[in-house]
Amino acid sequence: MDFMLILRDSLSAAVGPAAIVYALAAIGLNVHFGYAGLLNFGQAGFMLVGAYGLAVSAVVYDVPFVLALVIGILASVVLAVILGVPTLRLRADYLAIATIATAEVIRFIVNSPSNADVTRGSQGIAGFAKPFHDLNPYGGGLDIGIVRLSRSDLWSATVGWVLVAICCLIVYLLMRSPWGRVLRSIREDEEAVRSLGKNVFAYKMQALILGGVFGGLAGIFLALRQASTIPSDFGTHVTFYAYTALLIGGAARVLGPVVGAMIFWFLLNGLGTFFGQLTSGADPILPEGLMDQSQASLVRFIVVGLGLMLLLIFRPQGIFGDRKELAIDAR
Amino acid sequence: MPADTAPTANATGRAGLTGLAPEPGVPKPDPIVSGSSITRQFGGLKAVDVEHLEIQRGVITALIGPNGAGKTTLFNLLTGFDKPDTGEWSFNGKSLQGVAAYKVARAGMVRTFQLTKVLSRLTVIENMRLGAGGQRGESMWAAPFRALWRSEEQTNTERADDLLARFKLDAKREDFAGSLSGGQRKLLEMARSLMSDPELIMLDEPMAGVNPALKQSLLGHVKSLRDEGRTVLFVEHDMDMVRDISDWVIVMAQGVIVAEGTPDQVMADPRVIDAYLGAHHDTDLSEIDEQALAAEVAEEIETAQTEGEAKE
Ligand SMILES: Nc1ncnc2c1ncn2[C@@H]1O[C@H](COP(=O)(O)OP(=O)(O)OP(=O)(O)O)[C@@H](O)[C@H]1O
Ligand SMILES: [Mg+2]
Repeated sequence: MDFMLILRDSLSAAVGPAAIVYALAAIGLNVHFGYAGLLNFGQAGFMLVGAYGLAVSAVVYDVPFVLALVIGILASVVLAVILGVPTLRLRADYLAIATIATAEVIRFIVNSPSNADVTRGSQGIAGFAKPFHDLNPYGGGLDIGIVRLSRSDLWSATVGWVLVAICCLIVYLLMRSPWGRVLRSIREDEEAVRSLGKNVFAYKMQALILGGVFGGLAGIFLALRQASTIPSDFGTHVTFYAYTALLIGGAARVLGPVVGAMIFWFLLNGLGTFFGQLTSGADPILPEGLMDQSQASLVRFIVVGLGLMLLLIFRPQGIFGDRKELAIDAR
Repeated sequence: MPADTAPTANATGRAGLTGLAPEPGVPKPDPIVSGSSITRQFGGLKAVDVEHLEIQRGVITALIGPNGAGKTTLFNLLTGFDKPDTGEWSFNGKSLQGVAAYKVARAGMVRTFQLTKVLSRLTVIENMRLGAGGQRGESMWAAPFRALWRSEEQTNTERADDLLARFKLDAKREDFAGSLSGGQRKLLEMARSLMSDPELIMLDEPMAGVNPALKQSLLGHVKSLRDEGRTVLFVEHDMDMVRDISDWVIVMAQGVIVAEGTPDQVMADPRVIDAYLGAHHDTDLSEIDEQALAAEVAEEIETAQTEGEAKE
């Protein structure tokens, strides 16, 4: 058993690009769910349109890289508006249904062979990230023993964490303002906010767009980092991982989603390596009858799930949450 | 406006009510709200069926009636929280038909709720700050820049602290609103609605659950609202309070306005007694101890009379 390797895999994932993708997505969900109370279960859809906005315009339509980035962001804005207009006047649970359905519908459309001339179907799109990786100033990767990142991951992580910091700053500035107060009030009771002369629909739309743009950035970052994008990157599980990260860190806290995403990937990768070692080799530590190697890669999800359950029981407010606040039942 | 129907020309405020015929839907000389043929049907039940309604500006008007008379529904309709089947009404001469609830509030017509709606996971002072209207910092573009809204926030906070003190909630300033008691929530909601400096404030059972000592000081406060030039419309079951502070009383029963007038006129109106006793008609009278009921009514009338005399 190589504990150094387990630690290195865990830490590298926690500071690497995977955690960044989910941190960005969860920051968006934090705006939706944590602050405004909007139950968006389609964050993967926002990520998808961001990534494909970039990829399709850059590869299929030969749009310059920077403009393609802007198109990716605009795509998530457009999705938010299209989704919001019919559903934001409805009750919260309808939004949840509409968003998860929309995200899946978009994924199927992109995946469909009949649209392959634009979206390339299940093959996905590559060949748009060169301008991004060309900017890489690093001579080599990072290896300080407990963290090891490849040269390209190091560059992605650098850009990614700057992006996360900017997003957190925006959320922080907005949520301490009267605007943020209106948003949190809408989460508590829409009618009361309406009775005080606030245009609730407009605020919810702004929140949906803002969180959707963060989701779009997550998708764009994912696409750039792996230099390709395929529909299966944006399944419903992506949204649920992001929610997991948010709940681990604590909703309605600026840094909650970031720390949550880091912990989530730390555990997921660490446990993966741990169970991998338990079951690998000619004479595995665990007898094959108990757990074989292909099962080992799945057991980590069971353990993470178990951990999440324990967290929700013993610390339902997440790492950063305020227990006092949670004790107030929202009536 | 039909100024010619007014008993005295240009009669504003309480003066305009003197000598007015105590009839349902009687036109007021200076109405702030005026509506006609407002109806709202729930299934087979006509919850509101108001032929004509006018609220005099600058006075305290009470809206009373038995449970289920349609008072809250009428509030919801007037403030845009519910859509009527028919009818039109105006506030300050501007039609409010189909106007969204938040625009009604912005126009200066702010209401509270019978079932309180405090923002549980916000502190009391945050609840209050939210009440202020037209805040620059509430626009998304200005929000990140504190310099743009800092002074405005400060002014609002001072106003909020002032109101909290008046409503005896200053000790609760930093508590979550969700931790307040039922009566305190009523107070917070009333105080919060005043933050926007409304022209017309509509209170749905503001005193329900408020302790008697505080009730007295609140009554004084409501009167001072009128003296500041505001119009107050409130729903209340507590007849003492109605008699004490209202200048005009509108009585609803089964969705219809059955009587209007000054408190004394209304209390003496047989239609009102009918309306209230009518509420008992469909209960099984044999189940009610008749003697106890009679004694209770007699006692209530007596205390009402002695109190009325004491106040005179
Ligand atoms: N959303 C609704 N759906 C169906 N019926 C309703 C609805 N709201 C009110 N009603 C009915 O309309 C009638 C009037 O209700 P409303 O709440 O206006 O009464 P109220 O005068 O405020 O009574 P209370 O003094 O008890 O508060 C009642 O019979 C009630 O059952
Ligand atoms: Mg009512």
